[in-house]
Amino acid sequence: MYKYIVKRVLMMIPVLLGITILVFLMLRLTPGDPARSMLGDTATQEEVEALREELGLNDNLVVQYVRYMGDLIFHGSLGTSYVSGREVMTEILDRFPTTILLTLCGITVTILIGVPTGIIAAVKQNSWMDKVATFIGLFGVSMPAFWLGLLLAQFFSLRLGWLPATGFYGPKYWILPAITVGLNTSALVMRMTRSTMLEVIRQDYIRTARAKGVKERRVVMKHALDNCLIPLITVIGLQIGSQLGGAMVTETIFSIPGLGKYLVDSITSRDYPVIQGGVLFTSIVFCVVNLFVDILYAYADPRIKTQYVKSGGKKRTAEKVKEA
Amino acid sequence: MGTAEINDLVENTTELKKKSQWVSAMGRLKKNKLAMFGLFLVIFMVLVAIFADVLAPYPYDEQHLADSLLGPCLRYPFGTDKYGRCILSRVIYGARTSLLVGFAAVTAAALIGGCIGAVAGYFGGVLDNVLMRLIDVILSIPSMLLAISISAMMGTGLFNTIVAISIGSIGQFARITRAAVLSERDQEYVESVRAISAGNGRILVRHILPNVLAPLIVQYSLNIASSILAAAGLSFVGLGVQPPMAEWGSMLSAGRSLIRYNWWLTLFPGLAIMVTVYGFNLFGDGLRDALDPRLKD
Repeated sequence: MYKYIVKRVLMMIPVLLGITILVFLMLRLTPGDPARSMLGDTATQEEVEALREELGLNDNLVVQYVRYMGDLIFHGSLGTSYVSGREVMTEILDRFPTTILLTLCGITVTILIGVPTGIIAAVKQNSWMDKVATFIGLFGVSMPAFWLGLLLAQFFSLRLGWLPATGFYGPKYWILPAITVGLNTSALVMRMTRSTMLEVIRQDYIRTARAKGVKERRVVMKHALDNCLIPLITVIGLQIGSQLGGAMVTETIFSIPGLGKYLVDSITSRDYPVIQGGVLFTSIVFCVVNLFVDILYAYADPRIKTQYVKSGGKKRTAEKVKEA
Repeated sequence: MGTAEINDLVENTTELKKKSQWVSAMGRLKKNKLAMFGLFLVIFMVLVAIFADVLAPYPYDEQHLADSLLGPCLRYPFGTDKYGRCILSRVIYGARTSLLVGFAAVTAAALIGGCIGAVAGYFGGVLDNVLMRLIDVILSIPSMLLAISISAMMGTGLFNTIVAISIGSIGQFARITRAAVLSERDQEYVESVRAISAGNGRILVRHILPNVLAPLIVQYSLNIASSILAAAGLSFVGLGVQPPMAEWGSMLSAGRSLIRYNWWLTLFPGLAIMVTVYGFNLFGDGLRDALDPRLKD
């Protein structure tokens, strides 16, 4: 197992390096002079030149990249914001917990809606419930999150006045954004649950369980669901990443002071170091989340685990048989 | 044997031949009512986009300042916006923008990603490793974030939006093509065309490509749906296609601040996005079911 984890972590390093190069180049190849945009249109050519020299923009790209990486690795620095003049990393870390919280709320909604409806749709395959769930599920995938957010805010905040439409100060504030983030992905999770469940439920061991008189509820919730978990973990894990990206729009709608809104605001003000830092930071988090998902996957799937466990394999299978 | 005889023989063999994979897949697709409904929605939207000039009651940028913020009525079935522009006309012209962005971005992504994936899968080795690590990098940035940052860097506008969105989808196409080509390249038919000294390019394009097309077509259809969503998302955050050009996402964004008393500003563009994306999703889903050999009866 450790071998697997180490291998995966090592595999992540080139990808992370690639991301830094990509994000770095994206900023450097942007038309327009960063020094000029920092100083504004009123600055003289000499001032711009002086700042270029100071920022090291006249060095060649490789030197600049090495310096950028050096700052990042040794000082944890992503540069300073053109607008506020503060360290980008501090600004990001200030806002990141909010985004994480939003994502977690969203994932909760995703799981609460997606998994049960998926199970029902699979167990009652081809019934009206299945058809309704499939139909609505596709609607959910097709609905733009920002539109859903607007509709929710309009109805529950402006019309009914039940829930606040802006801010992020307590559980009451979390509900609408969480639904906005979560509903879209819950449709995906529902479809995934349904299709894996359908595959599993036709297996022989399910027939065996039924034949030996296990209650249907237990067959579904224990024997079948347990074996669906592996693909589900992957799908749900991957959704965390897409929700981190999607948080930008949701945070903008509900004026949530998270990383996403910060990024959107800095796009409006063309604050390139912040955009660069934010993209880099989010991508790294995304990679780490994916890594965790993979490890969890390996942990949940005995087939992967035994590839890396030499002696313990036999004993574990024996225990498994006894359990069943 | 005379030419006539050969022709006869060929005809007989074609009759005897079983239905091709494509014909039987299309048969299954036709039976799938939801998929056909999806196709209907897609065709409907494409027609709306093509005939926007004829269908729209007003030009999309014509302002009637005296009629600003009117609710749906006979003159303006979907109401008007802040500048008195007809929402219906803007929604109709918006179909043009959205579909153009969707088709162009996904076509570009499919061509580029497909080539990368095909080359990587076919030749393997170092080339495969290098190309796929590059794709890994692209895929490890959430696609919406990638699109937003690229269009923030490149600037707004129709073309830049298309580029930003297509770069985000290249990775998926490359992965799918690579996997499909990998499973085909050692098949016997490839070996046999190689034996008659066909070049790599010819083998890839004429022989392998037709056999890996199925998953790519499914991906194409589903990706158009997500690209339309992404384009709307981009213009919603102020990037992407810029006003006065009609775009559903920017219409939503413009209606946002006035939402309290003017629900029609956001309802209709949102519905338009949803219906279009729903159509592509339904159709793509149906295609996948039809083309998936495991479901073949």
